[in-house]
Amino acid sequence: MGKVLMKGNEAIGEAAIRAGCLNYFAYPITPQSEVAEYLSRRMPEVGGVFLQGESEVAVSYMIFGAAGCGERIFTTSSSPGISLMSEGISYIAGAQCPAVFVNIMRGGPGLGGILPSQADYLQSTKGGGHGDYKLLVMAPASVQEAVEMVMRAFALAEKYRNPIMILGDGLIGQMMEPVEFPDHLKVEATNKDDWATNGMDTRKSKNRNLVKTMYLDPEELNAHNLKLKAKYEQMAREEILYESYNLEGDYKVLIVSYGTMSRVCRTAIDNLKENGLEVGMVRPQHLFPFPNQAILKAAEKPNCQAILSVEMCMGQMVEDVERSVQGKRPVAWYGKCGGEVPTPEEVMEEVQKLMN
Amino acid sequence: MGKTFQKPEALADTITHYCPGCTHGVAHRLVAEVIDELGIRGRTVGIGPVGCAVMMYNYFTFDFQEAAHGRAPAMATGAKRVRPDLIVFTYQGDGDLASIGLGEIVHAANRGEKFTTIFINNAVYGMTGGQMAPTTMPEQRTTTSPFGRKVADVGMPIKVAELLAALETEGYIARQTLTKPKYINRAKKAIKKAFTYQIENRCFSLVELVSTCPTNWGMTPVDAIKWAEEKMLPYYQLGEFKTPDQGQTGDSKS
Amino acid sequence: MQSEVQFAGFGGQGIMLMGQILAQAAMQAGFEVVWIPSYGPEMRGGTAYCTVVISDRPIGSPIIRNPKHLVAMNRPSLEKFASTVKPGGVIFINSSIISIEAGREDVDVLKVPIIEIAKDLGNVRAANIIALAAFVARSKIVDFDLLRESVKEKFAEKEKLIPLNMKALEEGRKAALS
Repeated sequence: MGKVLMKGNEAIGEAAIRAGCLNYFAYPITPQSEVAEYLSRRMPEVGGVFLQGESEVAVSYMIFGAAGCGERIFTTSSSPGISLMSEGISYIAGAQCPAVFVNIMRGGPGLGGILPSQADYLQSTKGGGHGDYKLLVMAPASVQEAVEMVMRAFALAEKYRNPIMILGDGLIGQMMEPVEFPDHLKVEATNKDDWATNGMDTRKSKNRNLVKTMYLDPEELNAHNLKLKAKYEQMAREEILYESYNLEGDYKVLIVSYGTMSRVCRTAIDNLKENGLEVGMVRPQHLFPFPNQAILKAAEKPNCQAILSVEMCMGQMVEDVERSVQGKRPVAWYGKCGGEVPTPEEVMEEVQKLMN
Repeated sequence: MGKTFQKPEALADTITHYCPGCTHGVAHRLVAEVIDELGIRGRTVGIGPVGCAVMMYNYFTFDFQEAAHGRAPAMATGAKRVRPDLIVFTYQGDGDLASIGLGEIVHAANRGEKFTTIFINNAVYGMTGGQMAPTTMPEQRTTTSPFGRKVADVGMPIKVAELLAALETEGYIARQTLTKPKYINRAKKAIKKAFTYQIENRCFSLVELVSTCPTNWGMTPVDAIKWAEEKMLPYYQLGEFKTPDQGQTGDSKS
Repeated sequence: MQSEVQFAGFGGQGIMLMGQILAQAAMQAGFEVVWIPSYGPEMRGGTAYCTVVISDRPIGSPIIRNPKHLVAMNRPSLEKFASTVKPGGVIFINSSIISIEAGREDVDVLKVPIIEIAKDLGNVRAANIIALAAFVARSKIVDFDLLRESVKEKFAEKEKLIPLNMKALEEGRKAALS
């Protein structure tokens, strides 16, 4: 199959099927309802499960119940819906079940707006629900990358027995771009017999399995949390993913940006280069674990005078950027929210300000 | 002479943490007996509640999931939809099912999800220490209705079986109690019917069990049984409220 | 080289479809493309617009404030966007319902009475295809044969409409070149 022109939301749905996930539960919310619309037609064609739940809260537990049985499962939503699902996500992380969540972000807080936003960065990368847990957070910058991340997410979810969050802004869901579905990204599901409640008859061992999150004994709960922490540390060692742009040159400013925003920055960097100003960029493709070392290394280049975190929100990732840079260079933030996407010209202006 | 007592295989050989006179133990045993008799232990997944029975998985010998408060029907929906060959049941109390999880149970029943729910109605929140439940009786004293449940303030107790039976979707909805051997036998029959409908892939099934909570009611076990029979049974009437065999009015499949 | 086209009009005029057909044709020509809609409540009966970005390099910012070209299907769209078009671009005007001028001397203004032409063809709903054909023929943004293939593909499930739309393409092209 060659390239097809597809809307991000539909491509995300198709990518999950191509990755071998035939189970989808969801609740409609703008700007990602096309995923549910697409899969309501597509899942029956491939013998999969499609169900529209009664609320995002219920959907997050349908995901939990299905994931607990060891089946590949995913859902999609947008910011207010993800807030509602955060309860279930905490349980899924606590019970160590693999599941994939997609957040096509819109502006907040509250109902906010329906236009693109990146205002759920902190919610996604720092847990989101109650308790000590982390999600591996992937941030696509194109429809093609969204497809590839969805396809990789299921294997990662199973590797870590942890929920994965794919964090796209509204544009990733709404825009159409040419896409290809790479067959090699389909990974066979792992054997889950040692933990999933898939029915004792289906397993070699006749021990029963429990999917649970409660540990009333403080020592046991502490041990459980240490086990979870070890997984997040393993993620930090093995799952750092970022892209560098124009880091070979003698850049004066380093931009850190992700998702659609990073594309705007790329255009700004190209334009600045034509005007004789070199600017580099680190684009985190995974937001958790965050590429601290890569950003520090890029920031420490001798002529780099300042770091600019550019976000479609009021400055969330900038906290992680500051932590990465460790005070060795000044860190600034620039962004807009509510569906206002900063233009390349505005980013160029902010960079120029840092040079003065 | 044969054995007069045998522990069901589905029931774990352990002591429960339930209070003296509590009917959870009876309800657990009935579920275990039915699972043994139907020979489905190896493909059963139980989904526990939040409430006194939160650790019920310790008392059974098959796969279990532990739900968040009220969300067991959503988890059961997820499990059953992706693995229709499994036998899935939820076991929920009145705070769990009739308060925080009312939305989940109504929608699961209305979609006709092919799982079974055992609903323990003892008119009080047990684990959190005796607070008012949606099923608490008028004038019944609890720690959050210290002067008795005032109907003018918080409405009448919710009759879950009747509420769910009113849905047009096909289903099996029954209410029984555990106060006497005669009732216990009827309760077991209802539970077996409920699981059988699931095995036949017929419909959603729910058995409400009017139960006792001597500890939080502040009574002896014997008085608690008497109170349940005198106060609760006239309001929570026993019987089958809906069966798929009836050809219920409004049922498009009949 | 990058060009951008803004399509704008009333909801129901087939604005999104015009953009998608152009994007499809450009993809077949080997270009990088992005199609971005306006979405949400603003679409319900109000103004609808979409942008198509076509480039020979990976596309950076998909958000375009100053497109190279504009296809204005109603008067509010022309009023709102005429001033944003880059000098040297094409402004297409649906002259059946737009009576005002673009007010620009530095662009190529193309006026076509697409509704009258569509009525002559026997189906007023073909007006957007006439407009798209006229715009493509004038701007030469993609090869006209690829546009034709893209229209066929888009209507593959409504095969009955293909002959009508092929005629619409020809009429649009004629109108642009006359």
